[in-house]
Amino acid sequence: MKRSIIIMAVILSMIGIMAFSLSTVNNHPNVTGETTQKIKKDSIASVKAFEQVYKVLMSPRCMNCHPSGDIPLQGDDSHLHEMYPKRGHDGKGVFAMKCANCHQPNNTPGLHAPPGNPDWHLPPADMKMVFQSKTAHELAKQLVNPKQNGNKSMKQLLEHADDGLVLSGWNSGEGRSQPPMSHAAFKKAWETWINTGAYAPKSK
Amino acid sequence: MINLNINQKSYEVDADPDMPLLWAIRDLVGLTGTKYGCGVAQCGACVVHLNGEAVRSCVTKVSRAEGKKVVTIEGLSKNNDHPLQLAWNEVNVPQCGYCHSGQLMSAAVLLRENPNPTDEDIDNAMSGNICRCGTYPRIRKAIHLAAELHKKEGRTI
Repeated sequence: MKRSIIIMAVILSMIGIMAFSLSTVNNHPNVTGETTQKIKKDSIASVKAFEQVYKVLMSPRCMNCHPSGDIPLQGDDSHLHEMYPKRGHDGKGVFAMKCANCHQPNNTPGLHAPPGNPDWHLPPADMKMVFQSKTAHELAKQLVNPKQNGNKSMKQLLEHADDGLVLSGWNSGEGRSQPPMSHAAFKKAWETWINTGAYAPKSK
Repeated sequence: MINLNINQKSYEVDADPDMPLLWAIRDLVGLTGTKYGCGVAQCGACVVHLNGEAVRSCVTKVSRAEGKKVVTIEGLSKNNDHPLQLAWNEVNVPQCGYCHSGQLMSAAVLLRENPNPTDEDIDNAMSGNICRCGTYPRIRKAIHLAAELHKKEGRTI
């Protein structure tokens, strides 16, 4: 009887160790919550992919709506948005200056006319998800931290490449430059970065 | 045909769905209080309320207004007695007056959402409404006065 109990205890311990080992292989180390995608860690490939991701995220089409202050940026030179509209608590503006008052569900025709999207907004005041002035190291760390990325799991982060507002960066209306690569190339780099471990480039 | 509800009245207009709401309001319905300024959402002269929000009617397609409530300057009050209109009159705000229907419609959204605004709130709400005559100090003064009228006399905003 005593011998059976000892054998059972050893077997249970081994199962526990195996389960722990698998979870550290399959889950991103920086992220809590559900993760289901397969991670095949490769820090060199991951950092290389993030170089491409970073170029897109720091382009005006992405960064202009991830400002360091509470006023969005505008134009290819990322100047402060004309009229100085404010973020507001939900990221959709304040009082008579809400984003959707000018930004329609679709692009307005005409050079530099307001670009459109049904969900036009900045990140909310309680999670600003700033891109402006971030180094590649800082931005990579921020993107995988649910407390700084809009409470996204790694799975949701992967899916975010096809978010409507992200896609609108490649449909930005007349007079605005495109991000530095196609959406398909960006998505490939984004997925590679995450699926190889979402490593952050070294801080400089 | 497109059905519009403007100032609590129904209108059926023969318009392309992409026509700017401003054109439908002015040219098809005949309410000319709302003004055309820049045509690209830069000046605020054309602001009307769409389900209570201060949209720029020059870039808002008429199809976006279907099934929603539009209020223009003509519908802001029944007897031109909205606290803002009384305050505008009292303070003698307009100079040329061209931008002021837009100014009033934007200010009305501010007061509805914040009946006791600070100077900073007013600046944040009104920064998209340009006045070429530079009546900004009087606009700010009149908004404060309208807030007082609402508070002391219970005037509806």
